[in-house]
Amino acid sequence: MSPASVFVCLSLTLLSDYPVIRVKPDNSGVVTDGVKHSMNPFCEIAVEEAVKLKEKKFIKEVVAVSCGPTQVTETIRTALAMGCDRGIHVEVSGKDYEAMGPLQIAKIFAALAKKEEASLVILGKQAIDDDCNQTGQMTAALLDWPQGTFASEVTIDGEKVKVVREIDGGLETIKISMPAVLTADLRLNTPRYATLPNIMKAKKKKIANMKPADLGVDMVSRVEVLRVDEPPTRLAGVKVETVDDLVAKLKANGTI
Amino acid sequence: MLLGKVSLTPALCTALRISPAFSGIQKQIGAAATQNARLYASSQAAEAVLDKQAVGTTTATKAATAKKAQSVESQSFAVNMFKGQINPSQVFPFPSVMNEEQTQFLQELVPPVSKFFEEVNDPAKNDSLEKVEDSTMESLKEMGAFGLQVPQDLGGVGLTNTQYARLVEIVGQHDLGVGITLGAHQSIGFKGILLVGSPAQKAKYLPKLATGETLAAFCLTEPASGSDAASIKTLATLSPCGKHYILNGGKIWISNGGLAEIFTVFAKMPMMDEKTGQMKDKITAFIVERSFGGVTHGPPEKKMGIKASNTAEVYFENVPVPIENVLGEVGGGFKVAMAILNNGRFGMAAALSGTMKGVITQAVDHAANRVQFGSKIHTYGAIQEKLARMTMLQYVTESMAYMISGNMDSGSKDYHIEAAISKIFASTDILWLFPMVCIQGSGVERVMRDLRIFRIFEGTNDILRLFVALNGFQDAGKHLKSLQKALKNPLGNAGLLAGEITKRAKRTAGLSTGLTLQGSVHPELSHSGNLAVKAIEHFGVTVEDMLLKHGKNILHEQFVLKRVADSAIDLYAMVVVLSRASRSLSQGHASAQHEKILCETWCIEAYDRIMKNVKDLKSSSTTQVFKNMKAISAAVVENGGIVAPHPLGF
Repeated sequence: MSPASVFVCLSLTLLSDYPVIRVKPDNSGVVTDGVKHSMNPFCEIAVEEAVKLKEKKFIKEVVAVSCGPTQVTETIRTALAMGCDRGIHVEVSGKDYEAMGPLQIAKIFAALAKKEEASLVILGKQAIDDDCNQTGQMTAALLDWPQGTFASEVTIDGEKVKVVREIDGGLETIKISMPAVLTADLRLNTPRYATLPNIMKAKKKKIANMKPADLGVDMVSRVEVLRVDEPPTRLAGVKVETVDDLVAKLKANGTI
Repeated sequence: MLLGKVSLTPALCTALRISPAFSGIQKQIGAAATQNARLYASSQAAEAVLDKQAVGTTTATKAATAKKAQSVESQSFAVNMFKGQINPSQVFPFPSVMNEEQTQFLQELVPPVSKFFEEVNDPAKNDSLEKVEDSTMESLKEMGAFGLQVPQDLGGVGLTNTQYARLVEIVGQHDLGVGITLGAHQSIGFKGILLVGSPAQKAKYLPKLATGETLAAFCLTEPASGSDAASIKTLATLSPCGKHYILNGGKIWISNGGLAEIFTVFAKMPMMDEKTGQMKDKITAFIVERSFGGVTHGPPEKKMGIKASNTAEVYFENVPVPIENVLGEVGGGFKVAMAILNNGRFGMAAALSGTMKGVITQAVDHAANRVQFGSKIHTYGAIQEKLARMTMLQYVTESMAYMISGNMDSGSKDYHIEAAISKIFASTDILWLFPMVCIQGSGVERVMRDLRIFRIFEGTNDILRLFVALNGFQDAGKHLKSLQKALKNPLGNAGLLAGEITKRAKRTAGLSTGLTLQGSVHPELSHSGNLAVKAIEHFGVTVEDMLLKHGKNILHEQFVLKRVADSAIDLYAMVVVLSRASRSLSQGHASAQHEKILCETWCIEAYDRIMKNVKDLKSSSTTQVFKNMKAISAAVVENGGIVAPHPLGF
């Protein structure tokens, strides 16, 4: 049975090279208004992988999914322009969106994957704004599916998937059965640039809309952010001429 | 009744340019018919400008007469300002022409294009290789960048002018060499097919041009014909079988000349002039394929700037061009050439506004970090002035580009003066304002080299100034002519004449003539709006004065034409920023107050420049200066160089 559809689950993140990210005056979070948002880079890699698998005819259909406010449709459109066939936008906005964390997202993705009978769910390994690195793993657990995380190479072999994973000690190769959840790491591939003709074609592709309630997902968060602080400003260094000076200074400020 | 009240007082006579000899007689306006003689004579001058066929074959005059055919009531702001009138319909409010779908589409296009130019295109590499890297060219073709304005059903992206401007701005910001490669291909290279091509020609050529499978080039310039485009010598003769034209000649400075497969070529053809029964050379435009045979090209020219763009000579030797490949009308090639150049001009303003943006970012970075004499240099007045001027120039250029593209998208057909103004303005390079050391390899040094050509090609700025001035004069002349006609039938045109007399009398008395921008300009900008109105009034009077003084010889008064054009440019610039800043204020943009300052500062200085030009054109010492310059030039030409002997005597 060849895999029918692959779900690529996308995250919309704060643009990483935006010069100044500020903490809100009430320390409740980071200022997001007016900050440029775009598709999470690891999710781009996930989209690219899914589209490549389709081009190699291992899968029939790639569905791009994302949760969030209206802005998120732009991200889905970019995924469509890269080659996904259709999109699903799960609308979450306002307070629900601010409180939304990996667990809520994972519940949504799990419910969708089951509903649409996906064979593979591919995500980016983590979002670059919160660096949680949990959504993929939680989704797999909720579905009770095997997971291949930090993938730097993915090969489909009949009913199984061979995944080469980047781990602290080096590379680990595993074989898991489908349906499965994969998360993409940096070296998995280099995402293609969306071409203008493809963006044009993407306009005709469908994006379905739904709400978490439609999937029976409760969005209540079990996590409460108490406080967000900026890292301490780095103090200027002091230059010294000789080693003796250095020792003296270190003694003077109590370091030694 | 109005007629009874208005009588010919001496003041009015002066205002109407009627000889004082008649002024002593109190006559009803109805009797003005007898004054016809004098006024007619003065209007004769205006009439002569209209009827003038090109004396010299300058591009400017040919284009001016070509435009004669257009509608009398022009909505163009520039055309009206030459008459001292304000037609705000094309300039207020600042055009916002994209519908939601177009806006959304454009918003989706900007990020991938920006990303490509930030991450993939390597301008320094393109510059040192003196060509666009092959991989970059391939990616640009895949991206669809070669067919941005080709309709979607023929394989292009189908962008409107405004959308095109936005993307071309990104290209201009990063790599002008690539910009010219793309522009020579689609903005002029095959634009003729888009504008005047037959459905068969479009279906045959556009699909491959859109994907970049074939590249295009615009072939007008020859060794002996640059600005004097009507004098080209490349010859097209009908073959004996009547199915082909045989093309012979050579073109120079052709962008994409070495790369193109499809050429839009302009050649002269002897044709029977219906009116005179004599053979006359007329220009025809042709679509020429390299595959027709006989088309060769020279090596790439070594240039100072836009090195990545291929520039070469192209030779046509007995090239057989099927008669189906005539572009537009036989004998109508000059009009086609002007239409193409006119249509693409806003693109240059858009691209250059992007270039300026990029340079300003670098200038600001330098000024904000460099410390000299103990402080960051942006705290010093000299640097502050430079940064401010660069910012204002960019604001004006950008505003012009998008106003014109918006007008074009709304269906305007008479934007030629504004387009020429925008090209002249945008190519005033701002790099002399930039304090950074131009080390080779720093991106700014390359931009400086790239910018120089923009004042020269696609209509040199000198020619375009003449174009702006003469086009403006022509319409102003028409207005005078219509007044003259009205005087032949004063009873039937009492309202028009009374209005004119009142207007002129008020002007002479220094009163406002009722011209106003109130209602168009945001109240916070009303002072600047008033400056613009005053400038337009004085400008209109100056234009009329010059027409009456020089008559048909205005054609030869290039010192005058240049100053009139410069004033027109400053005036249009004032109005454009008034419109944009007004919109920002009305919409409550965060930057509205900053834009207000940009606008006000620009208007103050532009007004001063315009008034100085107006004053100079009336002053006898300036006239003397012109005479002197003419004499200096003659002496130096006769001497083959400097005339004055060396201060040391040897």
